[in-house]
Amino acid sequence: MNTEPLLNPVVLFFASIFTSNILLSNFLGMCSFISISKDKTSANGLGLAVTVVMAICAAVSWLVLRYIVVPLQIEYLSFIIFIIVIAAVVQMLEMIIDRVSPALYMSLGIFLPLITVNCAILGAILFMQIRSYGFLQAVAFGAGSGLGWWLAIMLLASIRKRMENNPVPAGLKGAGITMVTIGFMAMAFIGFSGMIAVQ
Amino acid sequence: MSPLLIGPLATGAISGLLALVIALTDRVVNNYGEVTMDINGGKKSLKVKGGSPMLGTLGSEGIFVPSACGGRGSCGACKVRVLSDVGPVLPTETPYLTPQEISQNVRLSCQIKLKKDIQIEIPDELFYVKKYTAKVESIRDLTYDIKEVRVLLKNPSSMEYIPGQYAQLVTPPYEDIPESVQRAYSMSSRPGEPDHVELLVRLVPGGIATSWVFKYLKVGMDMELVGPFGEFRVHDTPAAMICVAGGSGMAPFWSMFRDMKEKNTFPEKEIWYFFGARSSRDMFFLDELRALEKEMPRFHFVPALSESKPEENWTGDTGLITDVLDRYLKGKIDPSRPKEGYLCGSPGMINACIDVMIRNAIPESGIYYDKFA
Repeated sequence: MNTEPLLNPVVLFFASIFTSNILLSNFLGMCSFISISKDKTSANGLGLAVTVVMAICAAVSWLVLRYIVVPLQIEYLSFIIFIIVIAAVVQMLEMIIDRVSPALYMSLGIFLPLITVNCAILGAILFMQIRSYGFLQAVAFGAGSGLGWWLAIMLLASIRKRMENNPVPAGLKGAGITMVTIGFMAMAFIGFSGMIAVQ
Repeated sequence: MSPLLIGPLATGAISGLLALVIALTDRVVNNYGEVTMDINGGKKSLKVKGGSPMLGTLGSEGIFVPSACGGRGSCGACKVRVLSDVGPVLPTETPYLTPQEISQNVRLSCQIKLKKDIQIEIPDELFYVKKYTAKVESIRDLTYDIKEVRVLLKNPSSMEYIPGQYAQLVTPPYEDIPESVQRAYSMSSRPGEPDHVELLVRLVPGGIATSWVFKYLKVGMDMELVGPFGEFRVHDTPAAMICVAGGSGMAPFWSMFRDMKEKNTFPEKEIWYFFGARSSRDMFFLDELRALEKEMPRFHFVPALSESKPEENWTGDTGLITDVLDRYLKGKIDPSRPKEGYLCGSPGMINACIDVMIRNAIPESGIYYDKFA
């Protein structure tokens, strides 16, 4: 944990959006990615929620990791602790969204509490732990990964919108063609890989 | 300290801390403070605690907006017109609102959370609606499937209502019905006896409230009523009343006629009452209504059976009630007189009677009914 920052947080921020997009290079957070990308408005709302949760969770988890988990040598409990942190942050965000925008709250519906079990968020926090990021790096990585996830779901939602009237073979309709699309998107993003080493 | 203890303790401490933060956020975010509700342009102004759905808050302030489902958003009865801004119509409300209602910002009060000062419009009658505790005094079989339930109001001990209005009977959870439900029943009692309420309950196979009344409601038991509701009442016009009922649809008329006789209200109004049934075992209050006919010369009672058998020795009219009504409107009732329609019964009967009345030149705006489907 006392290692010097390896990477400029700003670089890390952009790297996590584009070159190592958590969704398209690590394939994390797939369930809501596929199910909410049917409609752009909900995709946008969920993307925003994931971004906020990821940034806050990265910061809180880093503090918990640095000042509680490591000194007490209870790293073996870090998974559980991270999940508790995520659950708490989502719970608070849920209350705040309900207060600020009931319409967004209703349109996110069940997916808002389900962010708790969105593996992209736990994944980002674990990457942060494994790669021994500093605080600023952790926040930059969390926010960047969230924005990357948001970007990916918006891209997929737009593509699905355009494909709505296209002649898709019957057997591939729905989930099938979506998976193929995601594959192509991932291949496009793989083109960036190796430009910046994030670890 | 043993490392075995540190782990769980630290995890517990972190959870506790986060729970505290959540509780604090809840206090701050969900604290809407005191909210002022302005009802019907200043007629009533309530200062209430914000943060809860409007339906329940109004109920705890003694204003009972009709609701059959108890605020789960599944009946669509608790409509209230909101004049101030409370955000867009929620997806949970849209199935119950017509485009016209949406344009007037009519909302389901169970779905609107009170977050800031709000102005709403409700029918004035709702100010007088209360929740009553009542004791069952008698349960009388009127026919094989209709019971008259007479209750003594305990708290509050009397109800002020207009003949024709209805009350909602509250049933407790029973058997596999998990929650309390409310069903509307027209009151058949006279307002002149304000400490008693009578309801006519017809057994509907599978009906939640009717099955409860038939199986579980016993004399001496306490039950709850919410009321009075409804716009169905005698209108003060010179037109003759053409009333049509079937089955437990007798209830509002039994209340109206007795009240009109007792208080001699609307003395100029001529009354024609058509009551349709299948066979004589579905008939009730025959003698009482015939007696009323003798005491009140302006009242004419026309019972009709649609499936009468020769052995029943039925001397009254026969045929479907719509045919009987049509015959009378064409001949026996002075065609030149203005008339009004009053209907109570099944939706099918009501629709058929509306058709007959319109064909016989009764204006649609002068046909009144409550449809309890």
